Amino acid sequence: MAFYRSTVLVSMDPVCVEKGALEVKERLIQELDRLNLSEEVQVLESPHIGDPSKEGPDILVYPEGSHYIALTKESVPLLVMEHFIKGRELKQYASKMRDIIDEELSEPKEKEIRIILQNIGKIDPRNIEDYIALDGYMALGKVLTEMTPEQVIQVILDSKLRGRGGAGFPTGLKWKFARQAAGTRKYLVCNADEGDPGAFMNRKVLEGDPHSVIEGMIIGAYAVGASQGYIYCRAEYPIAVSTLRIAIDQAREIGLLGEHIMGTDFSFDLEVRMGAGAFVCGEETALISSIEGSRGEPRVRPPFPANKGLWASPTNINNVETYANVPRIINQGVEWYASMGTEKSKGTKTFALAGDVSHTGLIEVPLGTTLRDIIYDIGGGIKNNKEFKAVQTGGPMGGCLPKEYLDLPVDYETLGNAGSIMGSGGMIVMDEETCMVDIARFFMEFTQDESCGKCVPCRVGTRRILEILERICDGKGRPEDIPMLRNLCDEIIQDSLCGLGQGAPNPVVSTMKHFMDEYEAHIFEKRCPAKVCRSLITYHIMDGECTGCTVCARNCPVNAITGERKMTHVIDTGICIRCGICAQVCAYHAIEVN
Amino acid sequence: MPTIKSIEDLKRIREEAQKIREMRDQTDKVQIVVGMGTVGIAAGARETLKAILGFIEKNHLADVILRQTGNMGLEGQDPVVQVFLPNQEKVTYGKVTPAVALKIMEEHIVKGNVVLENKIEA
Repeated sequence: MAFYRSTVLVSMDPVCVEKGALEVKERLIQELDRLNLSEEVQVLESPHIGDPSKEGPDILVYPEGSHYIALTKESVPLLVMEHFIKGRELKQYASKMRDIIDEELSEPKEKEIRIILQNIGKIDPRNIEDYIALDGYMALGKVLTEMTPEQVIQVILDSKLRGRGGAGFPTGLKWKFARQAAGTRKYLVCNADEGDPGAFMNRKVLEGDPHSVIEGMIIGAYAVGASQGYIYCRAEYPIAVSTLRIAIDQAREIGLLGEHIMGTDFSFDLEVRMGAGAFVCGEETALISSIEGSRGEPRVRPPFPANKGLWASPTNINNVETYANVPRIINQGVEWYASMGTEKSKGTKTFALAGDVSHTGLIEVPLGTTLRDIIYDIGGGIKNNKEFKAVQTGGPMGGCLPKEYLDLPVDYETLGNAGSIMGSGGMIVMDEETCMVDIARFFMEFTQDESCGKCVPCRVGTRRILEILERICDGKGRPEDIPMLRNLCDEIIQDSLCGLGQGAPNPVVSTMKHFMDEYEAHIFEKRCPAKVCRSLITYHIMDGECTGCTVCARNCPVNAITGERKMTHVIDTGICIRCGICAQVCAYHAIEVN
Repeated sequence: MPTIKSIEDLKRIREEAQKIREMRDQTDKVQIVVGMGTVGIAAGARETLKAILGFIEKNHLADVILRQTGNMGLEGQDPVVQVFLPNQEKVTYGKVTPAVALKIMEEHIVKGNVVLENKIEA
């Protein structure tokens, strides 16, 4: 491969292209060619560099890392002359280079402990030797040469590791059931169907440290006596899937998968199966039927997968993070693992912090860390100095907890008792400008859409709840809606077949419990306290503040604003569609929302 | 890579992999900087730069970064080349003709011996 002393990345963001990025690139190539630099400087395209609307078209020059912004094709010759011939940074177009940071995973904060995420970014996920260099597969070596399957199960039982998919079932117990189940052929499955909106803990692990999951699975297979394993990963995670496939091939090549692993009598092989993106396929029985090639629908439990799972054989299913914990527990011991966490929940948990919090992204904390520590110390508090209103844990089936719960130590039991769930680790923070009825409606829209339709309570019930919530947000709520919602939620929770239906009403139940005043304001006063629900708000121009500059009238998409120049303008609320553009463009903050 | 037949095999691979990791951390970023101010260019810095580029390409050197900078302020010494090896003092060379540049590459970058004839003492 040719060696270039410098590489130029040209941002090909659509906005940059619109502003002339293609011409900039073309001129750059011409100019480099003219000065005989085309063999020294390589020009490549990049999907996105800086902020396209303010900085585009922009380029990034390596190895210096210079970021030039707001370029035109006319500015290119000067840039090439200065930067590439004379070696000087052209200050007039240079922007202060931003630190290259991983927005999904930043450096650990003080209260974090990274175990599952520790290798990510530090090893090459596509090179098995890099994982081995950091004691990778040593736990497997120890298990295969020094321990019986029963001993492995005992260690996992003693560690009190619990299912990280959300339900928190003791992993050791699950393995024990699968080991004891009658059957000659057993399977081991990894649930990598991470479907909660905004959650990407598992994706990051699969993309950044796939061997930790594979090693955990091989150890699990040895413990339960499985000979074949599947990783069920969603097709929306193409990089995770390709990384996993490379990792599995590499492990097989050096004899860590396949027949007679590490020269022992134990044989196990792995395969990646892709899911088509149905949320319900994260439910274990639906996942199993999807791997079998059938429609991804759950079935009644018992029999549990440990007795009758994949192709009616005993099957052990765990989540990505659960398996990734296993090698660490074997290597570093039960005592070390039990030193973190609460009495009933040991170890750490990864969370995807999202919403109105200053630092969003992945974090990992010992179980038992309080919500306040997570949101304020690690997450940096609420964005833009606003007030905290609620936090929703556990994805779309979790509950919303108000500020009285901020000092709650996060573990399976405390969250469950507070009316929420641990889930796989989504955590959405909401500020004071969030309407809780609207949030409940939003999550019901998701679960209603993702309901597989097999059982009536979930299929019909979620639809009815959504209709009522839409009605309330639309200003047409009726007094009897509140008892009706309560009733529906109870029935759906009790009668649904699987976790999706049983959890779907959670956002409604928890917001009704903690934010009933907002429901009442919507229904009885036809008012949205957070000023979010469009049917319940009006825009009004304040008399003393308006300067009559006409900006609002010119920007109104439906011409609802009238008024003479230099006179106070008026919004016709009959025409107004409450888009809020006038309030955004008004330089005098003269527009109020009621 | 050999197949792992025992825990000893695994440990052997681990040791080798650790060495590779260490080496990778060390050889990280050899930097060569060529002074390309007006004086430098007039003195033939472009030819020097091309000679270095050619050497890197011909010898498939990985982890070498070639950069340019403006006038280094060393009058009468152009073309000037600076070499930064990891964890070592930088070395500044003066009057680096393409032939000298190749010598620096051969001796200093590859073998680690400073070319004393052209070294400018700080």
